[in-house]
Amino acid sequence: MEAHQDLLANIKRRQMWDFVFALMGLLALLFALVTLLALIVDLAITGVPRINAEFFVNFPSRFAEKAGILSAWVGSFCIMITTAFCAIPLGVAAGVYLEEYSKKNWISQLIELNIINLAGIPSITYGLMALGLFVYKLKLGQSILTAGLTLGLLVLPIIIVTTREAIRAIPNTIREASYAMGASKWQTVRYHILPYSSGGILTGVIISLSRAIGETAPLITIGALTFIAFLPTPPVDGQFPYLNFKWLMDPFTVMPIQMFNWLSRPQPEFHVNAAATGVVLLLMTLIMNGGAIYLRSRFRKKMKW
Amino acid sequence: MQQLNLRAEVKNLIFSYGDKKVLNGITLPIYENRVTALIGPSGCGKTTLLRCFNRMHDLYANAQYHGEILLYPDQRNILGKEIDPMEVRMRIGMVFQKPNPFPKSIYDNVAYGLTVRGVKKKSFIEEQVEKSLQQASLWNEVKDRLHSSATALSGGQQQRLCIARALATEPEILLLDEPTSALDPISTRHIEELIQELRKDVTIAIVTHSLHQAARVSDFTAFMYLGDLIEFGASDQIFTNPKDQRTENYITGRFG
Repeated sequence: MEAHQDLLANIKRRQMWDFVFALMGLLALLFALVTLLALIVDLAITGVPRINAEFFVNFPSRFAEKAGILSAWVGSFCIMITTAFCAIPLGVAAGVYLEEYSKKNWISQLIELNIINLAGIPSITYGLMALGLFVYKLKLGQSILTAGLTLGLLVLPIIIVTTREAIRAIPNTIREASYAMGASKWQTVRYHILPYSSGGILTGVIISLSRAIGETAPLITIGALTFIAFLPTPPVDGQFPYLNFKWLMDPFTVMPIQMFNWLSRPQPEFHVNAAATGVVLLLMTLIMNGGAIYLRSRFRKKMKW
Repeated sequence: MQQLNLRAEVKNLIFSYGDKKVLNGITLPIYENRVTALIGPSGCGKTTLLRCFNRMHDLYANAQYHGEILLYPDQRNILGKEIDPMEVRMRIGMVFQKPNPFPKSIYDNVAYGLTVRGVKKKSFIEEQVEKSLQQASLWNEVKDRLHSSATALSGGQQQRLCIARALATEPEILLLDEPTSALDPISTRHIEELIQELRKDVTIAIVTHSLHQAARVSDFTAFMYLGDLIEFGASDQIFTNPKDQRTENYITGRFG
């Protein structure tokens, strides 16, 4: 009887610690969530009423109520496209090379370490490098191309790392099966490695772009303008060959810079504009990340080994 | 018994992973249209030896071969530095321990070997797919759903699919690495019957943990122990009248 009492007391004591830890964890989680929620709600209350159709089709203006984010979202869009075009082929190719081709020795480990380091470098450093390389050395100017290349470099490590992770998830038995059939390395990559990892790669790409879309510091460093009341040259025109890439060399602004610009003005009406831009930016990031999660779960269901 | 022709010959094969010697000089004949079983306790090197036949070890760093595996009739040493592993793998097919179909359609799985060889003619590919699926006695079960996913098949069907995939390119030798160890008894029986059928067309080398299986399906048996080939002979003789004490100990279940 005595022993049984002891046993119960022992269980109670340990259950109390269970409870204490669960409570601490929950509080920590709530703290993070409530802070985030408060920020978002505050932003939404200020910004959402300002969002209407005009807001998207107006250029910035001296009058807060007439100002819009047309040049900003078009700029963001053009830069995202340029970034994707630069970073995806480079990042995926580098990831495939590191996983499937390169010898696993100390050099590859050194490279791996450096890629992870690159992913953690402050983004302004990329801006400084881009200013020296793209703007001054290569004379690309303060253009959409420069911005796209800069952000491309910034997200390259993220794409490489996620590509490698997606490839590593493919079991070795699949590689062996392919090689045992007499396939070459490229055939194995082309018929198996790339198709089976495309879901993971796509997820990584979207996540990296959603990071790039919010970047401000490197673009300010390369000299992005904060007030732009015109659009880049349209890529389609009436003359043969009907397509041009002049827009790549045009100056730009992006949504976070526009936001920063409005925030730095004294008039409170412009702060409302900034909040509205913030809401739009937040929604875009949310949609992109949601899409990434959806794609990942879809591909996971499809892939059974 | 018909005349025995050599299909391949392992000559003093030493294989090591880095500093670790796994095979210490194996010499072994593989006869044409016969089934040769490799048996022995875990870690004896039987799978390692099998994987030498299609240079699977080349996929990993630090693999070193010494000695020869001569492929008849041209007597080419398939371990030679000048021979591309791709050539070897095109001539020698392999089925692995765990069924490993590609997460593609049944048809694409079987056609894969032809696809990588650059075969374009659709009618020929279709013929080969049907023929190999029939050889692997899977045709009747899948003929109506050739374009559905191979991963939806049962384990036993997947393994027969892997056999069909290996057969589609008409390999000179078929390597089977414990092909039934992941399967239930009925699927196992299916595959064993299949092996009996296949030896008419192809030379087979099989690694197995099941002595009964080796006795049932093989014509010749090689007993390996700690990286050495202890005894090689007709399966009847190995299982009824082994010459080496260690072979006898193993097949009577005293170790391993």
